[in-house]
Amino acid sequence: MSDANNKQAVKDYAVRLGDDALVIGHRLSEWCRNGPFLEEDLALTNVALDFIGRARMFYSYAAELSDEPCTEDTFAYTRDSREFTNLLLHELPQGDFAFSMARQYLVDEYSLAFMEQLTSSADSELAAIAAKAVKESRYHLRRSRDWVLRLGDGTQESHSRMQKALDDLWGYTPELFEMDELEQKLADSGIAVDVAALQDGWNTAVRSTFAEATLEVPESSWSVSGGRKGMHTESHGHMLSDLQFVQRAYPGLQW
Amino acid sequence: MTTATHIPLIPAEEQERRQRRADSPLQELWQALDAVKDPEIPAISIWELGILQDISMQGSKVLVTITPTYSGCPAMGAIAEDVAVALAATGYPDSEVVLRLSPAWSTSWITPEAQEQLREYGIAPPGCGVGGEPVVVACPRCGSEDVRTISEFGSTACKALYQCASCAEPFDHFKPI
Repeated sequence: MSDANNKQAVKDYAVRLGDDALVIGHRLSEWCRNGPFLEEDLALTNVALDFIGRARMFYSYAAELSDEPCTEDTFAYTRDSREFTNLLLHELPQGDFAFSMARQYLVDEYSLAFMEQLTSSADSELAAIAAKAVKESRYHLRRSRDWVLRLGDGTQESHSRMQKALDDLWGYTPELFEMDELEQKLADSGIAVDVAALQDGWNTAVRSTFAEATLEVPESSWSVSGGRKGMHTESHGHMLSDLQFVQRAYPGLQW
Repeated sequence: MTTATHIPLIPAEEQERRQRRADSPLQELWQALDAVKDPEIPAISIWELGILQDISMQGSKVLVTITPTYSGCPAMGAIAEDVAVALAATGYPDSEVVLRLSPAWSTSWITPEAQEQLREYGIAPPGCGVGGEPVVVACPRCGSEDVRTISEFGSTACKALYQCASCAEPFDHFKPI
């Protein structure tokens, strides 16, 4: 791989990790003032901030690697849906509280394992961002796992909502462990995480949580993917219209 | 068999940070920045919090290296502005804040004096635990360890919300990371 090719590949990889973080961060931020109670509202938005901060670090690094003059904002605010390469699981609308917490748990369990691996990336900047993220993800996971237990093993109503959420989300999880050409190339040179290798550990962890929460492991009867190729669910464009409105209406506006 | 005694160790990065300050020819600037507090926790300075890493000169420009606490900490922008104002007041109008991510900030870099100041301010300090491991949290008001977690995230990402079962005081706990 030539240096220029490699630089472009690392940039694309940083952008997709930034996309993952920005999109889930935005979905969490939509709970602001809609949380079930004040403390939970604060917790959701604090976790949102961690993810948005993570997105800023990945995007800033991508901007450094870019040949065009650009900043973190270029990636967040000026690209259209098809240019976003986030995982589909991250972009699904917030749903009810059980749905948001079930999704968050699946994301956190994955994110912690992913960031732990990325800390040993051959790319020192990616490794540094991961080292920061890992510490935060441990707290995120502790909290989202608690909610899965509390709602799963709670009342009949909370149990059925949590179970339904998992059933609705399950088909989006195989995508988390798909490797494409870019990731394979970067994984071979020790830069990217081999996500396929994370699947067994993730499966064991979530199944153990489901069992403790008296939840059934959903049937693997369907699955969708395409986020890494820019193929998104219908909700993605609606989300961007909210996220990008100010910069689209007033390009280049600064606070 | 002897009982292991807990000796608080200073992490290597923190030792180096203190050494950088001790060896620095720019003592006046380090002192000027002692006046810059974390806007969310005005009890302690950015030095005591462990995020002020280095000060150097690039020509007539002052470069201040800071390690962010949390990825999305909104206080970072305010801190960078406060640093520029404090340096300008000391006669250095030209300055820049450089963010350094690695090594990642840890609450074990908060000085013991600052941990005590946090407690006096009403925030239960992080103590010596790391990485989300449970630590003994004591009520900063009455000292009781009979406390319960209300929320894993309090007024900011770096704190969790607790309530004391002995005196009923609700308080923030600075989480160890």
